[in-house]
Amino acid sequence: MTDRWRIRLKVNGKEYEREIETRLNLADFLRHELLLTGTHVGCEHGVCGACTVLVDGQSLRSCLMLAVQAAGKEIATVEGLGDPENLHPLQAAFREHHGLQCGYCTPGMLMTLVEFLRDHPDPDEAEVREAISGNLCRCTGYQGIVDAALAAAASLRENPLKG
Amino acid sequence: MGEKLFGAAVKRTEDPALLTGRGRFVDDIHLPEMLHAAFVRSAYAHARILAIDPKGAETAGAIAVLSYRDLPEGLQRKTLAVSVPNPAISQLVLPYALAKEEASYVGEPIAIVLAESRAVAEDAAALVAVEYEPLPAALYCRDAALPDAPPAHSHLPHNIAAKVRVNVGDVDRAFARAAHVFGETITVHRGGAFFIECRGIVVEPHPILGGFTVYCTTQTPHRLKRQIVELFDLREDQLRVAVPEIGGGFGPKGTVYPDYIAAVAAAQRLGRPVKWVADRREDFLATCQQRDQWWELEIALDEEARILGLRGRMVHDSGAYMTGSLTVPWISATTVPGPYVVPNYRLDYSAVLTNKVPGTSVRGSGRPEAVVVMERMIERAARELKLDPAELRRRNLIQPQAMPYNVGILFRDNRPVVYDSGDYPAALEKLLAAADYAGFRARQMKARHNGRHLGFGLSNAVEATGLGPYESATVSVAPSGRITVYTGASPQGQGHKTTLAQIAADALGVGLEDIVVVAGDTGTVAQGMGSFAARTAVNAGSSVHLAAEAVALKAKRIAAQLFEVAEEDLELEGGAVRVKGVPGMAKPLGELATRTLGVPGFAMAAAIDPGLDGTAYFKPEQSVYASSAHAAEVEVDIETGQVRILAFTVVHDCGRAINPLVVEGQVKGGVAHGVGNALFERLIYDAEGQPLVTTFGDYLLPIAGDVPKVKIIHHECPTPLNPLGVKGAGEGGTIAAIAAILGAIENALEPWGVVIRESPLTPERIVELLGEAALGRTR
Repeated sequence: MTDRWRIRLKVNGKEYEREIETRLNLADFLRHELLLTGTHVGCEHGVCGACTVLVDGQSLRSCLMLAVQAAGKEIATVEGLGDPENLHPLQAAFREHHGLQCGYCTPGMLMTLVEFLRDHPDPDEAEVREAISGNLCRCTGYQGIVDAALAAAASLRENPLKG
Repeated sequence: MGEKLFGAAVKRTEDPALLTGRGRFVDDIHLPEMLHAAFVRSAYAHARILAIDPKGAETAGAIAVLSYRDLPEGLQRKTLAVSVPNPAISQLVLPYALAKEEASYVGEPIAIVLAESRAVAEDAAALVAVEYEPLPAALYCRDAALPDAPPAHSHLPHNIAAKVRVNVGDVDRAFARAAHVFGETITVHRGGAFFIECRGIVVEPHPILGGFTVYCTTQTPHRLKRQIVELFDLREDQLRVAVPEIGGGFGPKGTVYPDYIAAVAAAQRLGRPVKWVADRREDFLATCQQRDQWWELEIALDEEARILGLRGRMVHDSGAYMTGSLTVPWISATTVPGPYVVPNYRLDYSAVLTNKVPGTSVRGSGRPEAVVVMERMIERAARELKLDPAELRRRNLIQPQAMPYNVGILFRDNRPVVYDSGDYPAALEKLLAAADYAGFRARQMKARHNGRHLGFGLSNAVEATGLGPYESATVSVAPSGRITVYTGASPQGQGHKTTLAQIAADALGVGLEDIVVVAGDTGTVAQGMGSFAARTAVNAGSSVHLAAEAVALKAKRIAAQLFEVAEEDLELEGGAVRVKGVPGMAKPLGELATRTLGVPGFAMAAAIDPGLDGTAYFKPEQSVYASSAHAAEVEVDIETGQVRILAFTVVHDCGRAINPLVVEGQVKGGVAHGVGNALFERLIYDAEGQPLVTTFGDYLLPIAGDVPKVKIIHHECPTPLNPLGVKGAGEGGTIAAIAAILGAIENALEPWGVVIRESPLTPERIVELLGEAALGRTR
């Protein structure tokens, strides 16, 4: 039998406690234990970036991390960014600039860019392309995503998020 | 009827849910009592299955292990169906849901293993012992076509599934009087779709009503329904196929896969919901691809460099089964002439069975290959005749006054291919201006002076879009006033829920926010085709338009009786039918809908059927022809073989654009797919037919730094063949992109005399070609 652990962690500010198998990865934990299905799984080997979440503020591929390794940590997923009536400026910019089509890679793109724009508030186009070079999108050709990130950066510089 | 939303770049209604993690995809579905499936897949490209021992799996916690012999009788008798029956197929080999006695590609499903969790199902699947007797495999298509090749299925005498001739005019006579004849051998490899969401299915049995609900990542829910109904001998009402959000499709999600049928069989047998979602390795092994074509072609021209004819042969890799019919090679063969006048054309092609995953359409569906081949022939001719390649194209383009233009080729349904609309010469001139072709030589010379190597490539393509026979749409106004559009189309990211709502909103005089589009659910519309072949805007769009017009007419008819006015005095505005010029005289659509429901004991008004709804099936008489002209300007690093795309320009004709934001997104995304095809994407197998490329670490998709900013010029030539004047937009970006990039690379390597006869061109291959050219020169 596989061994089990009880873990506690915070996701989008909310405390969770679960007993899980050691081998369960963080992506599957979020999706199938917590039913936070906004985080998507595209390759399960750390290349596509769809499963990117923030762990203690740092972007990580949740398919490459065991859920037990996230014990005691604070996770941020796309569900915590904004809601349909109240989009985060980056989400609003994605919509404005057609930065998504099927929407499957989108949560990973958003979480990657949230971190990037926090650390690089005034990037140029080449820096944005570099920032998302570990996130695959098969639909958009990336231009809409790049345009959205640049627009969001400008909007966030003008009106920084509170809190 | 005013057109307020048609043509407007409105933001997509799909986006808020998708942006906030609230989109619902197949793997997001969790049902009580749900079992998880994993597959035992063939470890060999070709092998006899001698024995399957499930004992290990059972000790590891499997609830059940089903192989061919455990399938219901019907599934032991019936194979999956061919997508499009075609009498030209002489060896129609089709798969069973689980391999019967022989496995014919690495990854073919042999057994389905069910467990309480996916992890346990995978553990257990690894412990199913399969005893194989390996057989020789048929691999590269041209070799597999030879008479002494090992058969892809041991009972076959050879691997040629179909031999077809396309013939226009008298090609041999044309060649006999030609001033110039040039021949080339060209190989094109397409790769796979590689949507970011892998395929999957959830099957929910209904113990009380009988039958199932199936949630699936399919582009063609009604096709999937028909196959399951037929294979399991169900009544139509016992199966609902509902498609949640889909994470990209690009063609291969239109196939009905054996793993889906095996999952239904498992749910039926165990009486519990079953979920299976492919992991990325399974996607590489078992999702249909569009791999190799080998072409040998000659072009004949007169003294003025006008094309007199093309002739040759082509071998197409169909993979292990003919599930995908002849769709791809058929389209390739008929796309070759494209926008050029080719009065004489003969192509003999063979679709060949190999021991690789079955083939199907991937974005562009055989057209990118044809465009690569045609544009390579044109570049060859221009080089030999020392003519400007743009000028050679100019001399050969079909003129706008020749529309409608009969190409002389027969389509699948044996009707002639007739281009309905387009102005290819104008598109080319717009392209040359926008890409500053005139200034390129100077840019190239200046760069060369600095040790940099720039190249410029052109391509032109014509694309049959809006494939028939029909698409369905029902537009329905509920008593609440809520308006719903139901359609058999099944989007995978193209924004159809927005564009179809734009069309309906205009007809009904309401806003986008007043309409909900429900797509891809067989429970809502009885018939449908699905979304593939750049057909949805044309077919579903026209059907929505016709259905919404019918609803508007009916609403006016009812209101005309109420207000005792003529229908011509009424208009639809703000969700109500209004008497023109009389403020206050208006009835909301919801109220009119309520009136159509009737009241017991009161007779219905004559000539008005219950319900404020309309259904339409737009049935196009033929495809409508979109076109695109692409220009790529690249820089090639001759040390590393790296290609940087400096500029990319597209002149695009998809008729009238319903939503320019969406159309541009389709074009840009399509170009990105073409960039991958031209520079990176290749599925490699070893000598035994083992795929060597099964991760995104090995199979490179273009990343943000690889894909250029695309300059798009809309060049709208509306079609007269549908009420909206629209043509398909989803594939043109890909179709012409590959040829333009290859041409640009060849142009950059001109000083070394490198000739490009293949796609893709990876950096290693470019360095190799430079080496070969250098050796050729020193010899």
